[in-house]
Amino acid sequence: MEFIDYYQVLGIDKNATQEDIKKAYRKLARKLHPDLNPNDKEAHKKFQQVNEANEVLSDPEKRKKYDQYGKDWQHAEQFEQARQSQGSGKETFTGNFNESDFSDFFTSMFGDKGHSGFRQRQTKFRGEDYRAELQLNLTDVFKTHQQVLTVNNKNIRITIPAGVENGQQIKIKGHGGPGINGGPSGDLYISFHIINNTKFRRDGNDLHTTVDLDLYTAVLGGEIIIDTLDGKVKLNVKAETQNGTKIRLKGKGFPIYKKEGEFGDMVITFQIKIPTNLTDKQKELFEQLSKSSS
Amino acid sequence: MQTEDIIVLDEFCSNHHVEISFIRSLEEHGLIETIIVNETVCVHGNELSKLEQIVRLHQELNINPEGIDAISILLKRIENMQNEITELRNKLDFYKKDQ
Repeated sequence: MEFIDYYQVLGIDKNATQEDIKKAYRKLARKLHPDLNPNDKEAHKKFQQVNEANEVLSDPEKRKKYDQYGKDWQHAEQFEQARQSQGSGKETFTGNFNESDFSDFFTSMFGDKGHSGFRQRQTKFRGEDYRAELQLNLTDVFKTHQQVLTVNNKNIRITIPAGVENGQQIKIKGHGGPGINGGPSGDLYISFHIINNTKFRRDGNDLHTTVDLDLYTAVLGGEIIIDTLDGKVKLNVKAETQNGTKIRLKGKGFPIYKKEGEFGDMVITFQIKIPTNLTDKQKELFEQLSKSSS
Repeated sequence: MQTEDIIVLDEFCSNHHVEISFIRSLEEHGLIETIIVNETVCVHGNELSKLEQIVRLHQELNINPEGIDAISILLKRIENMQNEITELRNKLDFYKKDQ
Protein backbone atom coordinates (compact mmCIF):
# COMPACT_ATOMS: atom_id res chain seq x y z
CA MET A 1 0.00 0.00 0.00
CA GLU A 2 1.44 3.34 -1.06
CA PHE A 3 1.54 6.47 1.08
CA ILE A 4 -0.50 9.26 -0.46
CA ASP A 5 0.58 12.84 0.11
CA TYR A 6 -2.81 14.54 0.38
CA TYR A 7 -1.21 17.98 0.54
CA GLN A 8 0.50 17.35 -2.76
CA VAL A 9 -2.74 16.03 -4.25
CA LEU A 10 -4.45 19.35 -3.46
CA GLY A 11 -1.35 21.38 -4.34
CA ILE A 12 -1.14 23.08 -0.94
CA ASP A 13 1.50 23.23 1.76
CA LYS A 14 1.28 21.70 5.21
CA ASN A 15 0.39 24.99 6.85
CA ALA A 16 -2.63 25.51 4.63
CA THR A 17 -5.70 26.92 6.36
CA GLN A 18 -9.16 25.39 6.07
CA GLU A 19 -9.99 28.18 3.64
CA ASP A 20 -6.95 27.27 1.47
CA ILE A 21 -8.01 23.64 1.49
CA LYS A 22 -11.56 24.47 0.53
CA LYS A 23 -10.38 26.75 -2.27
CA ALA A 24 -7.90 24.22 -3.67
CA TYR A 25 -10.47 21.44 -3.45
CA ARG A 26 -13.21 23.41 -5.20
CA LYS A 27 -10.85 24.42 -7.98
CA LEU A 28 -9.68 20.85 -8.62
CA ALA A 29 -13.18 19.42 -8.27
CA ARG A 30 -14.45 21.80 -10.96
CA LYS A 31 -11.61 20.71 -13.22
CA LEU A 32 -11.82 16.96 -12.60
CA HIS A 33 -15.50 16.33 -11.82
CA PRO A 34 -16.52 13.10 -13.63
CA ASP A 35 -19.64 14.72 -15.07
CA LEU A 36 -17.39 17.20 -16.85
CA ASN A 37 -14.88 14.57 -17.94
CA PRO A 38 -16.92 11.69 -19.34
CA ASN A 39 -14.91 8.58 -20.30
CA ASP A 40 -11.71 10.09 -18.92
CA LYS A 41 -10.37 7.42 -16.57
CA GLU A 42 -7.37 9.55 -15.58
CA ALA A 43 -9.60 12.47 -14.53
CA HIS A 44 -11.84 10.07 -12.58
CA LYS A 45 -8.83 8.67 -10.75
CA LYS A 46 -7.49 12.12 -9.91
CA PHE A 47 -10.94 13.29 -8.80
CA GLN A 48 -11.11 10.33 -6.45
CA GLN A 49 -7.73 11.29 -4.94
CA VAL A 50 -8.78 14.92 -4.61
CA ASN A 51 -12.03 13.89 -2.91
CA GLU A 52 -10.11 11.66 -0.56
CA ALA A 53 -7.54 14.36 0.23
CA ASN A 54 -10.31 16.80 1.04
CA GLU A 55 -12.10 14.21 3.17
CA VAL A 56 -9.01 13.97 5.36
CA LEU A 57 -7.59 17.49 5.36
CA SER A 58 -10.85 19.38 5.80
CA ASP A 59 -11.64 17.41 8.96
CA PRO A 60 -9.40 18.68 11.79
CA GLU A 61 -9.49 15.31 13.58
CA LYS A 62 -8.53 13.33 10.50
CA ARG A 63 -5.96 15.91 9.47
CA LYS A 64 -4.30 15.68 12.87
CA LYS A 65 -4.18 11.91 12.62
CA TYR A 66 -2.87 12.07 9.08
CA ASP A 67 -0.20 14.65 9.98
CA GLN A 68 0.89 12.55 12.93
CA TYR A 69 0.78 9.10 11.40
CA GLY A 70 0.50 9.68 7.65
CA LYS A 71 3.80 8.16 6.63
CA ASP A 72 3.56 5.58 9.37
CA TRP A 73 0.00 4.61 8.75
CA GLN A 74 0.38 1.14 10.25
CA HIS A 75 0.16 2.71 13.71
CA ALA A 76 -3.00 4.57 12.86
CA GLU A 77 -5.17 1.71 14.12
CA GLN A 78 -3.68 1.98 17.60
CA PHE A 79 -4.23 5.70 17.47
CA GLU A 80 -7.81 5.09 16.39
CA GLN A 81 -8.46 2.83 19.35
CA ALA A 82 -7.24 5.53 21.69
CA ARG A 83 -9.65 8.08 20.39
CA GLN A 84 -12.89 8.00 18.54
CA SER A 85 -13.48 10.47 15.82
CA GLN A 86 -16.77 11.49 14.32
CA GLY A 87 -17.63 12.59 10.82
CA SER A 88 -18.05 16.31 10.34
CA GLY A 89 -20.72 16.21 7.62
CA LYS A 90 -18.90 18.76 5.46
CA GLU A 91 -19.14 18.98 1.68
CA THR A 92 -17.78 16.14 -0.40
CA PHE A 93 -18.55 15.68 -4.05
CA THR A 94 -19.84 12.36 -5.29
CA GLY A 95 -19.52 12.63 -9.03
CA ASN A 96 -21.45 9.36 -8.96
CA PHE A 97 -18.69 7.58 -7.07
CA ASN A 98 -18.95 4.69 -4.63
CA GLU A 99 -17.45 4.84 -1.20
CA SER A 100 -15.45 1.79 -2.26
CA ASP A 101 -13.56 4.14 -4.60
CA PHE A 102 -11.52 5.38 -1.65
CA SER A 103 -7.95 4.09 -1.59
CA ASP A 104 -6.65 1.25 0.56
CA PHE A 105 -4.45 3.82 2.26
CA PHE A 106 -7.51 5.85 3.27
CA THR A 107 -9.43 2.78 4.45
CA SER A 108 -6.46 1.55 6.49
CA MET A 109 -6.22 4.87 8.30
CA PHE A 110 -9.82 5.82 8.73
CA GLY A 111 -11.75 2.60 8.18
CA ASP A 112 -14.77 2.04 5.95
CA LYS A 113 -16.74 4.61 7.87
CA GLY A 114 -14.11 7.27 7.40
CA HIS A 115 -16.09 8.66 4.52
CA SER A 116 -18.62 11.10 5.91
CA GLY A 117 -19.81 12.15 2.50
CA PHE A 118 -22.52 13.77 0.65
CA ARG A 119 -24.00 10.55 -0.62
CA GLN A 120 -25.32 9.64 2.78
CA ARG A 121 -27.42 12.78 2.77
CA GLN A 122 -28.82 12.02 -0.65
CA THR A 123 -31.34 9.40 -1.66
CA LYS A 124 -30.73 8.15 -5.16
CA PHE A 125 -33.30 6.51 -7.36
CA ARG A 126 -31.08 5.02 -9.90
CA GLY A 127 -27.91 2.97 -9.69
CA GLU A 128 -24.72 4.25 -11.23
CA ASP A 129 -23.75 3.51 -14.80
CA TYR A 130 -20.92 1.07 -15.37
CA ARG A 131 -18.45 1.33 -18.21
CA ALA A 132 -16.42 -1.51 -19.66
CA GLU A 133 -14.28 -2.21 -22.69
CA LEU A 134 -14.57 -5.42 -24.64
CA GLN A 135 -11.81 -6.52 -26.96
CA LEU A 136 -12.88 -8.62 -29.93
CA ASN A 137 -11.36 -9.80 -33.18
CA LEU A 138 -12.78 -8.55 -36.46
CA THR A 139 -13.81 -12.11 -37.28
CA ASP A 140 -15.81 -12.21 -34.01
CA VAL A 141 -18.06 -9.39 -35.16
CA PHE A 142 -18.60 -10.78 -38.63
CA LYS A 143 -21.60 -12.65 -37.24
CA THR A 144 -24.07 -11.75 -34.50
CA HIS A 145 -23.14 -13.75 -31.45
CA GLN A 146 -23.80 -14.01 -27.77
CA GLN A 147 -21.18 -13.65 -25.11
CA VAL A 148 -21.25 -14.04 -21.36
CA LEU A 149 -19.62 -11.18 -19.48
CA THR A 150 -18.88 -10.98 -15.79
CA VAL A 151 -19.78 -7.57 -14.41
CA ASN A 152 -19.31 -7.08 -10.67
CA ASN A 153 -19.39 -10.84 -10.07
CA LYS A 154 -22.60 -11.24 -12.03
CA ASN A 155 -22.72 -13.12 -15.30
CA ILE A 156 -24.73 -11.47 -18.01
CA ARG A 157 -25.35 -12.75 -21.49
CA ILE A 158 -25.21 -10.07 -24.16
CA THR A 159 -25.86 -10.20 -27.86
CA ILE A 160 -23.16 -8.54 -29.92
CA PRO A 161 -24.64 -7.57 -33.27
CA ALA A 162 -22.63 -8.25 -36.41
CA GLY A 163 -20.97 -5.18 -37.88
CA VAL A 164 -19.99 -3.45 -34.64
CA GLU A 165 -17.37 -0.76 -35.32
CA ASN A 166 -14.12 -0.26 -33.49
CA GLY A 167 -14.74 2.31 -30.72
CA GLN A 168 -18.51 1.88 -30.86
CA GLN A 169 -20.36 1.94 -27.57
CA ILE A 170 -23.54 0.05 -26.75
CA LYS A 171 -25.82 0.54 -23.78
CA ILE A 172 -27.19 -2.43 -21.90
CA LYS A 173 -30.10 -1.16 -19.93
CA GLY A 174 -30.38 -2.11 -16.28
CA HIS A 175 -27.01 -3.84 -15.94
CA GLY A 176 -25.24 -1.04 -14.09
CA GLY A 177 -25.18 -0.50 -10.34
CA PRO A 178 -28.26 -1.46 -8.33
CA GLY A 179 -30.82 1.26 -7.64
CA ILE A 180 -31.36 2.66 -4.19
CA ASN A 181 -34.66 2.53 -2.34
CA GLY A 182 -36.15 0.27 -4.99
CA GLY A 183 -35.09 2.54 -7.87
CA PRO A 184 -34.00 1.23 -11.26
CA SER A 185 -30.51 -0.08 -11.82
CA GLY A 186 -28.02 1.97 -13.82
CA ASP A 187 -26.94 1.00 -17.31
CA LEU A 188 -23.88 -0.80 -18.56
CA TYR A 189 -21.94 0.88 -21.36
CA ILE A 190 -19.65 -1.37 -23.36
CA SER A 191 -17.07 0.07 -25.73
CA PHE A 192 -15.72 -2.28 -28.36
CA HIS A 193 -12.08 -2.50 -29.23
CA ILE A 194 -11.95 -4.43 -32.48
CA ILE A 195 -8.63 -5.93 -33.47
CA ASN A 196 -8.21 -6.67 -37.14
CA ASN A 197 -7.01 -10.27 -37.25
CA THR A 198 -7.56 -10.60 -41.00
CA LYS A 199 -5.65 -9.63 -44.12
CA PHE A 200 -8.52 -7.33 -45.10
CA ARG A 201 -8.72 -3.64 -44.37
CA ARG A 202 -12.06 -2.42 -43.09
CA ASP A 203 -13.55 0.88 -44.19
CA GLY A 204 -16.97 1.07 -42.57
CA ASN A 205 -18.93 -1.78 -44.13
CA ASP A 206 -16.51 -2.34 -46.99
CA LEU A 207 -13.52 -4.65 -46.91
CA HIS A 208 -10.48 -3.92 -49.01
CA THR A 209 -7.81 -6.32 -50.17
CA THR A 210 -4.98 -6.46 -52.67
CA VAL A 211 -4.73 -9.52 -54.89
CA ASP A 212 -1.60 -10.52 -56.77
CA LEU A 213 -2.28 -11.28 -60.40
CA ASP A 214 0.20 -13.00 -62.68
CA LEU A 215 1.06 -11.20 -65.91
CA TYR A 216 -0.45 -13.86 -68.15
CA THR A 217 -3.87 -13.79 -66.45
CA ALA A 218 -3.76 -9.99 -66.46
CA VAL A 219 -3.08 -9.95 -70.21
CA LEU A 220 -5.20 -12.86 -71.35
CA GLY A 221 -7.88 -12.91 -68.66
CA GLY A 222 -8.96 -15.95 -66.69
CA GLU A 223 -10.40 -17.27 -63.50
CA ILE A 224 -8.93 -16.81 -60.04
CA ILE A 225 -10.06 -17.83 -56.57
CA ILE A 226 -10.03 -15.17 -53.90
CA ASP A 227 -10.64 -15.28 -50.14
CA THR A 228 -13.47 -13.40 -48.46
CA LEU A 229 -14.47 -13.52 -44.79
CA ASP A 230 -17.30 -15.76 -45.87
CA GLY A 231 -15.17 -18.27 -47.78
CA LYS A 232 -13.62 -18.51 -51.23
CA VAL A 233 -15.06 -16.87 -54.31
CA LYS A 234 -14.37 -17.58 -57.98
CA LEU A 235 -13.67 -14.44 -59.97
CA ASN A 236 -13.39 -13.80 -63.69
CA VAL A 237 -10.52 -11.50 -64.56
CA LYS A 238 -11.00 -9.52 -67.74
CA ALA A 239 -8.30 -9.68 -70.40
CA GLU A 240 -5.92 -6.70 -70.43
CA THR A 241 -6.45 -5.86 -66.76
CA GLN A 242 -4.14 -3.02 -65.74
CA ASN A 243 -2.03 -2.90 -62.58
CA GLY A 244 -3.94 -1.14 -59.76
CA THR A 245 -7.35 -1.89 -61.25
CA LYS A 246 -10.02 -1.99 -58.58
CA ILE A 247 -13.11 -4.12 -58.74
CA ARG A 248 -16.01 -4.17 -56.34
CA LEU A 249 -17.73 -7.41 -55.28
CA LYS A 250 -21.20 -6.43 -54.15
CA GLY A 251 -22.32 -7.84 -50.81
CA LYS A 252 -19.02 -9.58 -50.05
CA GLY A 253 -17.87 -7.06 -47.44
CA PHE A 254 -18.72 -6.64 -43.78
CA PRO A 255 -22.23 -7.00 -42.32
CA ILE A 256 -24.08 -3.71 -41.88
CA TYR A 257 -24.75 -3.04 -38.20
CA LYS A 258 -28.31 -3.99 -37.20
CA LYS A 259 -29.36 -4.59 -40.81
CA GLU A 260 -29.71 -8.31 -41.00
CA GLY A 261 -28.67 -9.88 -44.27
CA GLU A 262 -27.15 -6.64 -45.62
CA PHE A 263 -23.45 -6.42 -46.34
CA GLY A 264 -20.95 -3.89 -47.62
CA ASP A 265 -18.73 -4.62 -50.60
CA MET A 266 -15.34 -6.23 -51.06
CA VAL A 267 -12.99 -3.93 -52.97
CA ILE A 268 -10.17 -5.77 -54.72
CA THR A 269 -7.08 -4.03 -56.06
CA PHE A 270 -5.07 -6.05 -58.55
CA GLN A 271 -1.32 -5.97 -58.24
CA ILE A 272 0.27 -7.44 -61.31
CA LYS A 273 3.37 -9.51 -60.72
CA ILE A 274 6.01 -9.33 -63.46
CA PRO A 275 7.65 -12.70 -63.98
CA THR A 276 11.26 -13.00 -62.80
CA ASN A 277 14.10 -15.47 -63.51
CA LEU A 278 13.07 -15.77 -67.15
CA THR A 279 14.63 -18.48 -69.26
CA ASP A 280 16.37 -17.59 -72.53
CA LYS A 281 13.40 -18.94 -74.41
CA GLN A 282 10.97 -16.78 -72.43
CA LYS A 283 13.14 -13.69 -72.97
CA GLU A 284 13.16 -14.41 -76.68
CA LEU A 285 9.38 -14.69 -76.72
CA PHE A 286 9.05 -11.38 -74.88
CA GLU A 287 11.41 -9.77 -77.40
CA GLN A 288 9.27 -11.10 -80.24
CA LEU A 289 6.22 -9.75 -78.49
CA SER A 290 7.90 -6.40 -78.03
CA LYS A 291 8.86 -6.17 -81.71
CA SER A 292 5.39 -7.19 -82.84
CA SER A 293 3.76 -4.43 -80.83
CA SER A 294 6.13 -1.63 -81.85
CA MET B 1 -49.77 -3.91 -21.92
CA GLN B 2 -46.87 -1.55 -22.43
CA THR B 3 -45.57 0.22 -19.33
CA GLU B 4 -43.56 3.43 -19.15
CA ASP B 5 -41.03 4.58 -16.58
CA ILE B 6 -42.07 7.94 -15.20
CA ILE B 7 -40.94 9.77 -12.10
CA VAL B 8 -43.11 12.19 -10.16
CA LEU B 9 -41.24 15.48 -10.10
CA ASP B 10 -42.18 16.38 -6.51
CA GLU B 11 -40.75 13.08 -5.34
CA PHE B 12 -37.55 13.58 -7.32
CA CYS B 13 -37.11 17.08 -5.89
CA SER B 14 -37.69 15.97 -2.33
CA ASN B 15 -35.27 13.09 -2.61
CA HIS B 16 -32.57 15.13 -4.29
CA HIS B 17 -33.11 18.24 -2.16
CA VAL B 18 -33.77 20.54 -5.10
CA GLU B 19 -36.40 23.20 -5.54
CA ILE B 20 -39.07 22.56 -8.14
CA SER B 21 -38.31 26.06 -9.47
CA PHE B 22 -34.83 24.81 -10.38
CA ILE B 23 -36.33 22.01 -12.50
CA ARG B 24 -38.69 24.55 -14.09
CA SER B 25 -35.74 26.74 -15.07
CA LEU B 26 -34.03 23.70 -16.59
CA GLU B 27 -37.16 23.11 -18.63
CA GLU B 28 -37.17 26.74 -19.75
CA HIS B 29 -33.62 26.30 -21.00
CA GLY B 30 -34.75 23.21 -22.91
CA LEU B 31 -32.49 20.97 -20.84
CA ILE B 32 -35.22 18.58 -19.76
CA GLU B 33 -38.82 17.87 -20.64
CA THR B 34 -41.62 17.28 -18.18
CA ILE B 35 -44.88 15.51 -18.85
CA ILE B 36 -48.25 15.69 -17.12
CA VAL B 37 -49.70 12.36 -16.06
CA ASN B 38 -52.98 12.38 -14.13
CA GLU B 39 -52.49 16.08 -13.41
CA THR B 40 -49.09 15.39 -11.85
CA VAL B 41 -45.87 16.79 -13.26
CA CYS B 42 -43.47 13.96 -14.06
CA VAL B 43 -40.26 13.33 -15.93
CA HIS B 44 -39.71 10.43 -18.24
CA GLY B 45 -37.43 7.66 -16.96
CA ASN B 46 -35.08 8.24 -19.90
CA GLU B 47 -34.43 11.77 -18.59
CA LEU B 48 -33.44 10.59 -15.12
CA SER B 49 -29.77 10.00 -15.77
CA LYS B 50 -29.41 13.44 -17.39
CA LEU B 51 -31.43 15.11 -14.63
CA GLU B 52 -29.31 13.54 -11.91
CA GLN B 53 -26.15 14.71 -13.65
CA ILE B 54 -27.54 18.25 -13.82
CA VAL B 55 -28.45 18.15 -10.12
CA ARG B 56 -24.91 17.00 -9.26
CA LEU B 57 -23.41 19.85 -11.27
CA HIS B 58 -25.74 22.30 -9.55
CA GLN B 59 -25.29 21.03 -6.01
CA GLU B 60 -21.66 20.02 -6.07
CA LEU B 61 -20.16 22.71 -8.28
CA ASN B 62 -22.69 25.48 -7.67
CA ILE B 63 -23.45 25.85 -11.36
CA ASN B 64 -26.63 27.70 -12.27
CA PRO B 65 -29.04 26.66 -15.07
CA GLU B 66 -27.36 29.01 -17.58
CA GLY B 67 -23.99 27.43 -16.80
CA ILE B 68 -25.45 23.94 -17.04
CA ASP B 69 -26.95 24.85 -20.40
CA ALA B 70 -23.52 25.96 -21.63
CA ILE B 71 -21.85 22.84 -20.19
CA SER B 72 -24.44 20.58 -21.84
CA ILE B 73 -23.76 22.17 -25.22
CA LEU B 74 -20.00 21.77 -24.75
CA LEU B 75 -20.34 18.17 -23.52
CA LYS B 76 -22.45 17.35 -26.58
CA ARG B 77 -19.79 18.95 -28.73
CA ILE B 78 -17.08 16.88 -27.00
CA GLU B 79 -19.13 13.72 -27.53
CA ASN B 80 -19.52 14.49 -31.24
CA MET B 81 -15.82 15.23 -31.52
CA GLN B 82 -14.94 11.99 -29.73
CA ASN B 83 -17.14 10.07 -32.17
CA GLU B 84 -15.43 11.86 -35.03
CA ILE B 85 -12.01 11.02 -33.61
CA THR B 86 -13.01 7.35 -33.39
CA GLU B 87 -14.17 7.42 -37.02
CA LEU B 88 -10.97 9.16 -38.14
CA ARG B 89 -8.82 6.71 -36.15
CA ASN B 90 -10.57 3.84 -37.92
CA LYS B 91 -9.91 5.56 -41.27
CA LEU B 92 -6.27 6.10 -40.32
CA ASP B 93 -5.91 2.42 -39.38
CA PHE B 94 -7.25 1.62 -42.84
CA TYR B 95 -4.49 3.61 -44.53
CA LYS B 96 -1.78 2.48 -42.09
CA LYS B 97 -2.48 -1.13 -43.02
CA ASP B 98 -2.26 -0.13 -46.67
CA GLN B 99 1.43 0.81 -46.31
